[in-house]
Amino acid sequence: MSTSATPQVRAGRQIETVARHETPLAGFLRRFKRNKLAVGGAFILATMIVLAVFAPLVVPYDPLYQDLEHVLESESAEHLMGTDDLGRDMLSRIIYGTQLSLQAAIYAVGVAFLIGVPVGLVSGYYRGFWDEWVVMRIVDAMQAFPFLILALALAATLGPGFGNAMIAIGIGFSPAFIRIVRAQVMTVANQEYVQAARSVGVRDWQILLRHVLPNSLAPLLVQTTLAMASAILAEAGLSFLGLGAQPPRPSWGQMLATAQGYISLAPWLAYWPGFAIFLAVLGFNLVGDGVREALDPRLRK
Amino acid sequence: MAFILRRLVLSIPILLLVSIMVFSLIHLIPGDPVTVILGLEATPEAEQALRRELGLDRPLVIQYLAWLGNVLQGDLGRSLVDRSPVVDEIFRRLPVTIELALGSFFVALLIAVPTGLLSATRRGSVVDYGSTMLALGGMSLPSFWLAMMFIIVFAVKLQWLPASGYVPFSEDPRANLTAMLMPMVATGIRESAVLMRMLRSSMLEVLHSDYVRTAHGKGLTEWVVITRHALRNALVPVVTSSGLLLAGLLGGLAITETIFTIPGFGRLIVEAIFERDFVMVQGAILVSALLVVLVNLVVDILLALIDPRIKAGKGA
Repeated sequence: MSTSATPQVRAGRQIETVARHETPLAGFLRRFKRNKLAVGGAFILATMIVLAVFAPLVVPYDPLYQDLEHVLESESAEHLMGTDDLGRDMLSRIIYGTQLSLQAAIYAVGVAFLIGVPVGLVSGYYRGFWDEWVVMRIVDAMQAFPFLILALALAATLGPGFGNAMIAIGIGFSPAFIRIVRAQVMTVANQEYVQAARSVGVRDWQILLRHVLPNSLAPLLVQTTLAMASAILAEAGLSFLGLGAQPPRPSWGQMLATAQGYISLAPWLAYWPGFAIFLAVLGFNLVGDGVREALDPRLRK
Repeated sequence: MAFILRRLVLSIPILLLVSIMVFSLIHLIPGDPVTVILGLEATPEAEQALRRELGLDRPLVIQYLAWLGNVLQGDLGRSLVDRSPVVDEIFRRLPVTIELALGSFFVALLIAVPTGLLSATRRGSVVDYGSTMLALGGMSLPSFWLAMMFIIVFAVKLQWLPASGYVPFSEDPRANLTAMLMPMVATGIRESAVLMRMLRSSMLEVLHSDYVRTAHGKGLTEWVVITRHALRNALVPVVTSSGLLLAGLLGGLAITETIFTIPGFGRLIVEAIFERDFVMVQGAILVSALLVVLVNLVVDILLALIDPRIKAGKGA
């Protein structure tokens, strides 16, 4: 059929006319920047990254140094957020906590990405028995487990620790990634340019990597950002229960667990770590929402 | 009827997979599970006995089938800690968590329905902007932190509500509700943020549909159009995701119950994990997954009974 050539040409011309005005990336950034909440979120995340990278330079004290003569002190000029039960500086520990939270976001979502993207791509592209009766039923079954409880159980069986907690959270997230990639692949795989590529003999894996995957990036980006928000919350929850990062590594969730024991004696121990978790999660949520709005043409006003 | 049957049949493979996953849990323990459970000082006799009890000396497939057979007869094994049947303990704890879950869901609806409606009908207004921001904030709040803040304010400073001290509803309904109020609200606020966003977007979609315009055209007041016509359909996606919402709630409640020392199902799992009572963990996780599957099933069937379009379209 000769029709396979025409749409390609037409599509090419369309892309050209758009490109003359504005590249897709520039358009995305322009729409993203118009969203004040999203910019605010990006600012929170940028601050977190700077704090995490330069933590050793910005902290006023060693986060592990125990000053046993100044235990459980409330906010003061020397210790802006007070000291904990072992006389460690809360501000320094919270700044170091950004490292762990960002790592949690990256590792857990990384695990989900590594499982979800290839499985979703292959399953959605080839379809058939394996897709419908094996992969999707497993995804259904995984989503029947309350996510945090599954993560708890996995973390408990693998043994407590940061790495295991991240694997557990990542596995819990993977069904959502499989679903999103698969759904996107199914819509893209039937489009004319993919059929055209197939008809000229491009191999399946090349089609998947060069044509299908790039077109799945938009929803994947939204999902990644929002999953990072949940990963930070989940890591904090696991650490709060003692199944995440192990002491003495400063972790916000675990600082809250300590605070619980001194809740009437030293309530300030609970204020700041929780607020830090809130800000970090909010930052990712705001950016995720902004990305979604900037990418989804239907939501544009 | 055919739809219900098909839906029932479709949940069988899911249930089988769920059971395989739960069964595999004990085999994910690195090293020899028996040594991990009993510790290094255990006598060889004790190890042998536990290995036989857990069936670990038999081939994997036989182990699974034997375990599944027991599960189907309602036997989830015996606790490794106090030897009591796991099922009894789970069903003793479950009602507490169901009360909490229903309570927080009620709190969530109480907040989400009015705010969701207002922001969808007054799109772009200060109210819409404000409640959208609050929802984003609520979604980002760790509910266990919120719970601690409540304890500091209402239990420590104002001394209005107890920070702990669960009393069964049957013994003293008033004391039960005062003890459950803070955990319900703390969990409900986060849930309300999720619900509100869901409701707002589904409401916006419905408000632009033809039948709502027709209802307006008939001269019905805005209140009647919104409550009788729009809200009903806007609630469908919310109801459809009750299974997911419940799954989220069950997980969150594990932490909330730990904070408020409420002897619920979530706390049971956390306790069992720390006591390395893997049989209990296995049973509890199986039950929580079954609950989610059951809620999904009931919701799907109810929606099909209410909405004939689903029966005709989705099932095929």
